[in-house]
Amino acid sequence: MRTFWLLVRAGFRRHSTYRLALLAGVTTNSVFGFIRASVLLAALASAGSAIGGYDAPTALAFVWWGQALLGTVNLWGFAEVKDRVRTGDIAVDFLRPVDPQMAYLAGDLGRAGINLVGRGVPAILLGGLLFDLAWPPSALSWVAGAVSVVLAVVVAFAGNFVINLLAFWLVEIRGITLLWMITGGLLCGLYLPVPWFPTWLRTIANWSPFPSMLQNPIDILAGRVVGTDIASAVAVQVFWAVALLGLGQLVLRAGRRRLEVQGG
Amino acid sequence: MSADSIIETRELVRDFRKTRAVDRMTFSVEPGEAVGYIGANGAGKSTTIKMLTGILKPTSGHVRTCGLDPMRRRVEVARRLGVVFGQRSQLWWDLPLRDSFTILGAIHRMDDGSTRARTDLLVEQLEMGPQLGTPVRSLSLGQRMRAEIAAALLHSPELLILDEPTIGLDVLSKQRLREFLVAERHEQGTTLLLTTHDMGDIERLCDRVLVVDHGRLAFDGTLTGLAGTVGAQRILVLDLAGPTPDLCDVPGATLVQSESDGLRQRLSFDSAATTVAAVLAHVSSRHEVRDLTIEEPDIEDVVRRIYAASGRD
Repeated sequence: MRTFWLLVRAGFRRHSTYRLALLAGVTTNSVFGFIRASVLLAALASAGSAIGGYDAPTALAFVWWGQALLGTVNLWGFAEVKDRVRTGDIAVDFLRPVDPQMAYLAGDLGRAGINLVGRGVPAILLGGLLFDLAWPPSALSWVAGAVSVVLAVVVAFAGNFVINLLAFWLVEIRGITLLWMITGGLLCGLYLPVPWFPTWLRTIANWSPFPSMLQNPIDILAGRVVGTDIASAVAVQVFWAVALLGLGQLVLRAGRRRLEVQGG
Repeated sequence: MSADSIIETRELVRDFRKTRAVDRMTFSVEPGEAVGYIGANGAGKSTTIKMLTGILKPTSGHVRTCGLDPMRRRVEVARRLGVVFGQRSQLWWDLPLRDSFTILGAIHRMDDGSTRARTDLLVEQLEMGPQLGTPVRSLSLGQRMRAEIAAALLHSPELLILDEPTIGLDVLSKQRLREFLVAERHEQGTTLLLTTHDMGDIERLCDRVLVVDHGRLAFDGTLTGLAGTVGAQRILVLDLAGPTPDLCDVPGATLVQSESDGLRQRLSFDSAATTVAAVLAHVSSRHEVRDLTIEEPDIEDVVRRIYAASGRD
């Protein structure tokens, strides 16, 4: 546990060295926040009433929490593990008395932490200052929201980790990464809330892990999901976290047996 | 082969598709030994090391590291093992060097106090104090190699495996690294397995040499024995003041070549039998010596001779 925590801290420090990137992230997130807020408000105005349980304050909360969590949850994936598999550096990870998946998860939680502090908090504060958005309705929503954010980070990590590990079998995984990004970006509820999807697409989304990466924590924090529904939203996330981490373990084990690091 | 060998392989085989990288390799290393593992590029050195450390699955055969199956009991073996791959880093690239030691200490479940004490000791011995606050990516190659070795030794492993630790280092850095390793082994009794292209590493660090050729063990014995087997001797080149008759009567040395009426003569000698000083003293007592150079046997040459002796290319 102490090892895990130290690895989280290392991830935090490692990513805090790139301060300019954080600043650029805040700026981009905020600009896109304004654009997306305007679009959603226009859609709500033309509908004349709430759509799919979102009125103006909830929709604004949806936008700004989405922007705030964008850097925290690694929706776009990472290439570190893939690169280490390709170069053979993954061998070094196997020489440590820790589980590589847990070590990378810890590092990613650290990365999420610095992004939450450096990008997320400024974005949500800016959104809250300039727009009349809905805040979590109760202390329970805050706490459950925080848990849900951590789970979202874990689910996104676990999924990306599996994708990265495909490098054990494929020379180039860029195509798969791209597919994952596009599908994930749509189905996680980043562009539009999942409840706004047509029924067929919503069904697909709800059977996928992607809403667990963004839609669920946002719904809890925006107060659209309350009471016992919070428990089921979090339970779905727990399910995906466990399932994808488990899958990652299986793939990692198979990959280790396949490992043929030549030379060096 | 005793029951408590720290490394033990029997009929170890690893195939890569159609090539056999390691071919029925059988050897064992006892605790406290320092073993040099040499061979040409592609002879199977790295493949063996990867199987010893649990990175690579053997095709067949038996391997035990610290008494354990490294593939099945990776974590336990990793706790008792320190490994440095000269071309790969185990340090955290973006963080100050100090942080790598802190994290590795935690990974090896050391408490803060012992991590700090051990780090301080290694840093002092390797003279790395000034670099502790430097991000690893900014270290020079020599500094990084010392840091890698400190990182591998942090948890005081029983077995230290170094794969080409001095590759690319300048003479001074090599020297410091070797001195440190000698001292460290003297204090801790760490078993050492070392692959290298540098005969100097073997001479100064190892008391036993394994030569691998096409995945097979071609030689297993002492360095002196190796030199004896292949006749890899050092050559003393003497430039003399005037034309000199052939120096045939120097004890422990043999004349190899005489040029320009004996102005330059090349004598081969065995380090085990005599010393440069003795040969030089003998010659200078009779003739005036103007200059001298010593040609060390080079590892590629030694390996080539072993290969030739075993009837291969």
